[in-house]
This record gives sequence, C-alpha cells and structure tokens, in this order.
Amino acid sequence: MLLKLLTESSGVSGNEKEVRDLIMDEIRGYSDSIKIDRLGNIIAYKKGLNSSQKLMITAHMDEVGLLITDIDSSGLLKFITVGGIDKRILVSKSVHVGKDKVYGVIGAKPIHLQKKKEWINALDMDDLYIDIGATSKEDAEKYVNIGDYASFQSDYIEFGDNLIKAKALDNRVGCSLLIDLIKEIKDISFYAVFTVMEEVGLVGAGPAAYEVNPDMAIVLEGTLCYEMPNMDSHLMPTQIGKGPAISLADRTTVYNPQFRKRIEEIAKSNQIPYQYRKSSMGGNDSGKIHTAKTGSITTCISVPCRYIHSPNSVMSIKDYENTQKLLRAILTEYGKGVL
Amino acid sequence: MNFNSKLLKDLVKTYGPSSNENDIRDFIIKEIENYVDEIKIDALGNLVAHKKGNGKKIMISSHMDQIGLMVIDIDKSGFLRFVNIGGISPYVTLSQKVLFENGTVGVVYSEPVDDMSKLKLENMYIDIGAFSKEEAEKMVNIGDICIYYNGFDENDNIVFTPYLDDRVGCFIAIESIKAIDTPKNDLFFVFSVQEEVGLRGAKTAAYGVNPDVGIALDVTSHGDTPKAKKYAIGLDKGAAIKVKDNSIICHPKVREQLVKIAKENNIPYQMEVLEFGGTDSGAIHLTKEGVPSGVISIPTRYVHSTIEMASKKDITNCKELLVRFLNSNLELF
Repeated sequence: MLLKLLTESSGVSGNEKEVRDLIMDEIRGYSDSIKIDRLGNIIAYKKGLNSSQKLMITAHMDEVGLLITDIDSSGLLKFITVGGIDKRILVSKSVHVGKDKVYGVIGAKPIHLQKKKEWINALDMDDLYIDIGATSKEDAEKYVNIGDYASFQSDYIEFGDNLIKAKALDNRVGCSLLIDLIKEIKDISFYAVFTVMEEVGLVGAGPAAYEVNPDMAIVLEGTLCYEMPNMDSHLMPTQIGKGPAISLADRTTVYNPQFRKRIEEIAKSNQIPYQYRKSSMGGNDSGKIHTAKTGSITTCISVPCRYIHSPNSVMSIKDYENTQKLLRAILTEYGKGVL
Repeated sequence: MNFNSKLLKDLVKTYGPSSNENDIRDFIIKEIENYVDEIKIDALGNLVAHKKGNGKKIMISSHMDQIGLMVIDIDKSGFLRFVNIGGISPYVTLSQKVLFENGTVGVVYSEPVDDMSKLKLENMYIDIGAFSKEEAEKMVNIGDICIYYNGFDENDNIVFTPYLDDRVGCFIAIESIKAIDTPKNDLFFVFSVQEEVGLRGAKTAAYGVNPDVGIALDVTSHGDTPKAKKYAIGLDKGAAIKVKDNSIICHPKVREQLVKIAKENNIPYQMEVLEFGGTDSGAIHLTKEGVPSGVISIPTRYVHSTIEMASKKDITNCKELLVRFLNSNLELF
C-alpha cells in the first residue's frame, strides 16, 4: 500500500529526498510536466481541458525528526529536534540515523537511578542520547556523521476499527491523497505541489506558490485530533472517523469563507461527512501560499491524526476515503468551471 | 473645526472583520468612486484606488478589517464557542454585545470563574438567545465572525467608539482622496484586508502596486493616562510620525520628509517610538526589492477595546500632514 511506503520512508525537513524519489516514481507516468525546484519542491502539472483559473493542490513531504549535533567519546549521539516535537515522547523510541538508516535507540537514565525530583520532570534534551550500539566515537563515526538526520522508526500497522498507526502521517497522508488524485483525474488541469520544510516554518510553499502563481489552492494535511470523553466539543480540534476536517482559521490563514462554503456545499451534495477544524492553533503551507505575489484564495482539508508529531500517529481509513471522495467531487466541479 | 463625524461614524459601524471585508469595501467604494481614476480588488479582497499623477508612485495603506470573534462550535443548548480573529482580550470581551453580518446580536459571557485573572477565551461563550442548537443554526453558522457592537460617541474634543482601529485610518484616506484635486504624485490608496491577523492584505497589495514609497495610516497607543506605561504619545498633541514599531524601522528619509512638512505647515506632530505592534508598512517595506516606507499614526487610547478614543484635532492634523506629504516633491532617493 502506498501510505505504508510513504510513512516508512524518511524525510525530515530539509532532507526529503527519499520521499521525493518515491513520489516521483509514483507520479511520473501521470503528469504532463514535472520539475523539482531549487529548494526541492516537486511541481507537477496535469493538463486537462479547462484552463480558466489556476488551481494548485499541495501537500508537504517533510516530517518532524532529529538532527545529530555531536558524538561523544563513548559513541553516543547528541541531537536536536527538527520541527515541533514534544521532548516527553522521545525516551526509548527507535530511530533511523543517516542515509544508511543506522538503527538506534533514544536512551536515558533508568528510573531506578533517577532521584525522586527527576521523576516529576520530563527528561531534558540534554539528558537524552541516541545509542547506535557503537563502542567508541571512532566506531560511531564509521556509521554516522554530525549533521545526519534521524527519523523515527515505526512500522505501518492497520488495527482496530479501520485505523492505521504509523509515523509521519503528518503529512504523508496528504502526499498519498495527492498522488491518488494525480493518478485518477483525467482531463482536468491542476498543479500538484509536494513541498519541503513545512515543519520548520512553511519554507518550501512560498517559493512554490511564487512559481505557480495560483488563483486558488487546496492544502492537504494531516491535522490535530484529540477527543476525550469528558471534553467540551469546542475544545476538540477534530474527531477521528467524522470525515475530512475543513479549516476555519489558524495561526497562518483565515480561510476564504466563500471558498470554504463552496467546499461544504460540495460535501453535502455528495453526502460526504465532514467536520470543521476547530482549533485556531498551528498553521500550514496555506499561510505562505495565499500571500504569495498578489494573493490567492485557499482552503485546507485534513485527515484527523491522533498523536501527531510522534512515532505513532493514528488515523482512520474511513476518513481517508471520505477525504478522497471529497477531493474527487471538488475536482469534478472545478472541471465544470463552477468551483 | 470642520470634522465629518458622520463619515467616521458610518465607517466604524460598518461590518468587516478580517477575511470578511465585503460590506466595508462596498461602503468605501461608494464614498470614493467619483474621486479616483480606477478601482481594483485583488484576490484577498484589498481595495486599490488609483488617483493618477506624474510623480512618485506612493501606496497609502489603511486597513479596513476589524478584530472579531469566529464561531467554532454550537452546543445543544444553542451557545456559541469562538476563537479570536486578531488581538482580542478576554477582559475587554466579557459582557460585550456582538454583532453578526446578518444583524444577529449576541452577548459574551463566561463559565463561572473563581479567579478572574485566569479568564480565557476558551471558557467564554456567545449567547444569542437561542434555546437549542437548531434555533441557533437558523441565525449563525460555524465559521461566522462577529464584531463588537457598541455605540459611537463624541464631544468637541474627541470621538470614542469601537474600531477606530483602523477605520480612522480609512477616514483619513477617504478625506484625503476628496481633498486632493490634481495629484502631484501617482497615488494608490489601498484599503487593506487582514491587517489584524498579520499584515496579510498589505503584503499582496504592495506586490501588485509595486510602489516607490509606502505610507500606512493606523492608530497607535498612548502614554497620557493615569500611571500609563511611559510612552511619549498623547491625545491632542498632534499627528504621530512613526520612528519604529515591531514590524518596521521607518525609512529615515520618509520620516524626515514628514517632519519637514509638518514644521513648514505648522502642523502639530509628535514622534512615535513604539516597542510593540506593527502595521501595514511592515509588509510594504519588504516587498520585492524593498520600499522606503513610513507611518502616520493617530494617537488612540484603549486600542482593541470597545471604547477606543482619539482627538478630532489629531485626526484632522494627520489628514493635513498626509495631503501635504502626498503633494510634495518626493525626489528623495
């Protein structure tokens, strides 16, 4: 399955090559033109019959991860995070370091040896290290270098009621949806853009939008999902299994209300369940896209992902399928010239 | 003093929160269409009014959007939950009336709080007097944005009303458009969108206009009330010429030209060094190869509250300074 391949590939921000190569292999036969720009964004164009307004659909390829900063005398690796990672989720996780995917474990002092006051605080980044099983600095340097990226090692697993657990669902789920669209859609013109370095500040999207200069853009994302039985509904950003989440406003965009309502109408008339992304926190490539050059209108459609930015994110296959249906319906309307 | 209170009152009362500026844009178009050569609206909704002249291309930006509350949830009893659009204080918002685009009025209150210093927007709600979700949904949809609903008041000295930020800037721009007959310079008056959420409209407008010089018109804070934080700006002390804020260090030549013109024409002015905040010039001056930019600020008390207050004399002086600046010889660079 494509999503398995995508999530099990490494592509920490600034180091997206493995994911990009995989995507290129998938879409090459289905695009009328493809280029990789100087930052590493993929910009593919599908030529169809309509050509009135320029539509760009985007998904970012990168994921949060780690970067090696030092190798100590015993061969343990020190690191910093790339993108927003909760340091409390790091201890005892498996990682792949560098191009050769050297296996490592994030280690820390065992609980038996911690002082009582250490129990109550999360371990600081300085107390963590990656253990690749090296016996010395010299030994470690045979396998890894300072500046190497590390990504979480986490298998794609289907479980429960149509759920998937994997790393990097944010945003390989968007990549997978976009690849599906490129393969399926015929006779409708659009730009498909896979961006780099979203997780470190929407870096790739600006130059990509500058190049494409769209009239409208759809940003595909995996987004926050958190629902506990006793929570007020307005504090749940999204809920799993309730369909694609349509964004209202976040830190980087107040989404164009007319465009959003049009998307909702399309969902309703095709009996596709949808929900709103209720949190105004976070942001995505839309922020750079809608303010590029003389501006464009944007919408963001997301698959809810629990435990996002961790090695074990969880999403629903049904949400994926409903997002796919919604995108097909939107493109059909766009093809008719009535988006 | 000839002060067009009616225009300012109409401006502050017209609906137009960030991303939903249709009503205010239509209102401004009607006000200015007979006084400009060309009107354009860009993808984000910026209104760009061109008054042709032969000199430098100047972009004058006043933002027409307002801060507001966006509905994100309607519960089964018909109460609305919201997030802020722009800088909304929970303390200012508690027990305010709010107005939706379709005329629906609501009030804002909070769940019981023991410690008022812990008041948060996420614990507050809008009550529109609906008794069920279904009833509420007839009046309001998720994604709708409401604005503060409060009166305009004035005396001989001052006006106080919500949304002087930045309808007073729009007011000055409109009055200037009407006052300038034959422009010496090539003037692009931009009524920008989405300033309150991060100078977003000015960014795309400036890209489209590609000006030689940028000027923003916006409110600034005050330091002249009891125990106010030290800040050398006060009401009725003249137009404020910005030196810096968090979005820009104003171009010295633009700033000096404004000071020179104020001095030559006996327009009272004060220098503004703001340690926080930002305005459209912050986006304009970084456009393309860069645009020398400055700001004329209107000293305003209680910014982002429902009782923003400014001096009529200051407003008139800001307009006077702008008109003279726009008609000056700008061979600065």
